[in-house]
Amino acid sequence: MAELTRDDVAHLAGLARIDLSDAELDRMVGELGVILESVAVVQQSPIEGVEPMSHPMPIVNVTRPDVVRPSLGAEAALAGAPEADQQRFSVPRILDED
Amino acid sequence: MSTQIDTEAIIAWDEVLEHFDPVLGLEVHVELGTNTKMFCGCATEFGAEPNTQVCPVCLGLPGALPVVNEKAVESAIRIGLALNCEIAQWCRFARKNYFYPDMPKNFQTSQYDEPIAFEGFLDVELDDGSTFRVEIERAHMEEDTGKSLHVGGSTGRIHGATHSLVDYNRAGIPLIEIVTKPLRGAGERAPEVARAYVATLRDLLKALDVSDVKMEQGSMRCDVNLSLMPKGTTTLGTRTETKNVNSLRSVERAVRYEMCRHGAVLRAGGSILQETRHWHEDTGMTTSGRPKSDADDYRYFPEPDLVPVAPSRETVEELRATLPEPPAQRRKRLQSDWGFSDLEMRDVLNAGLVDLIGQTVEAGATPAGARKWWSGEIARRANAEGTDVASYAAERSIVPAHVVELEGLVSSGRLNDSMARQAWEGVLDGEGTPTEVADARGLELVQDDGALEAAVDKVIEANADVAQKVRDGKVQAAGALIGQVMKEMRGQADAGRAREIILAKLTS
Repeated sequence: MAELTRDDVAHLAGLARIDLSDAELDRMVGELGVILESVAVVQQSPIEGVEPMSHPMPIVNVTRPDVVRPSLGAEAALAGAPEADQQRFSVPRILDED
Repeated sequence: MSTQIDTEAIIAWDEVLEHFDPVLGLEVHVELGTNTKMFCGCATEFGAEPNTQVCPVCLGLPGALPVVNEKAVESAIRIGLALNCEIAQWCRFARKNYFYPDMPKNFQTSQYDEPIAFEGFLDVELDDGSTFRVEIERAHMEEDTGKSLHVGGSTGRIHGATHSLVDYNRAGIPLIEIVTKPLRGAGERAPEVARAYVATLRDLLKALDVSDVKMEQGSMRCDVNLSLMPKGTTTLGTRTETKNVNSLRSVERAVRYEMCRHGAVLRAGGSILQETRHWHEDTGMTTSGRPKSDADDYRYFPEPDLVPVAPSRETVEELRATLPEPPAQRRKRLQSDWGFSDLEMRDVLNAGLVDLIGQTVEAGATPAGARKWWSGEIARRANAEGTDVASYAAERSIVPAHVVELEGLVSSGRLNDSMARQAWEGVLDGEGTPTEVADARGLELVQDDGALEAAVDKVIEANADVAQKVRDGKVQAAGALIGQVMKEMRGQADAGRAREIILAKLTS
């Protein structure tokens, strides 16, 4: 497989909103490279004629009827929130200042 | 990134059409009217207190297991069938990864390359009566996001906000996203095609009874993709995606505005930046949003917590059998049943009166009567209040039975047309049923020929010259006498009966 580049890691870090210093970027390129290399061994599996799967059980159409079940309640829902205000989850500024 | 040459400049409509062919793409999101969310049993009621309709699944808490709503899948299949789509034999959900607090899971559960419905079309009727076929690329299932309240900025906008407050009641409500293929060949009719498509789709979804399709409440939302091709070429230009255009009129205006804006950039030698645009209802313009990320950025992968959806062909055919008569076909049938002219039917459609007239005819009124009473005074009043007749009537408990009763009062001879109008005004004023209003206001044609004859005699005596003309054979002169008699009777007489008596006295 194509090697992981420094740009790839910087791009992923940007998407994940993780601020990495230059030194950290360098280290992550190396470490992630080793991890990918280790996992890459699965690519040697003989998969000719094997359908890709996304679920371990060969089942389909697991549904539930459209019937309302009790929700958590706002107090319980917000109990784990670091910040809450006006019965809503308070989250940090979404956009960076221009 | 290319240099932007005054992106907000626009050129004249005629200049756009002279040099370019538009290519349209429309994405419509519809919130299904299910009782519960897509993957959990939380209620979906609009306007509930914040964060009262949430649970571990829609909050993305660790260990929660989503399970698909059966009704939502059925609705998705019915929508696909109504759009003449193929229904997938087997398809999966996928995670669309992104980091934005409107989804607490950090991904939206959607469908990627395996939509439940694909390859369909919707025929759209334009104002001139011609039909434009809109090819449908796909309709897929996904879930809605939470609602954010941006705090600290000047106008509640995200720009300049210090933090945001999020309500996840809406997160997880079933959505169907319906995507058209790139639509070419609409030319100068592109804005009209866009509006007509969204209107036709709205009518279809309403007839399917899968959503309340209220654009103003956000249960139906439209994104407009647009690009221009220089005339004589076939290479697609760079497109922009204008988000959340939430009324039919705005859809039409947004297409037109973006065509003129793209035209200005391209004519000046610039290039269009592939980006999201925001539509502003007040100014009728769009402004730049974020640059559009490539699909790869979302790192889609099959959702491992959900099993595939594989509707059997029997299920699909059972659902096909539940499809309603297509709205366009129904309109044609009703127009023929009701004997309305094209113009009358168009007025009825534009005023949103089809259902109301249908119910009124079913309740026993004549189609002409139903149309007459639902489109006159009540339409004027509804319009003055900025609403439509159906909502106006519903709010005041004015029902089809009232129209039936009013017609009955006329056909039985108790009221003439002008009295019926007064009775109807009373009904609209909230004074009760037509009969109650007629009783209270003393509206009643005088049935007593004696009183009518006395009035006729009086009028003939006072207008001897006119009476002589009638005697001499000028029957049309009787009209002036009838008017006088009606005045004498203070309107409470049957003009037809008055005419009979006058002619009997003067010509026999």
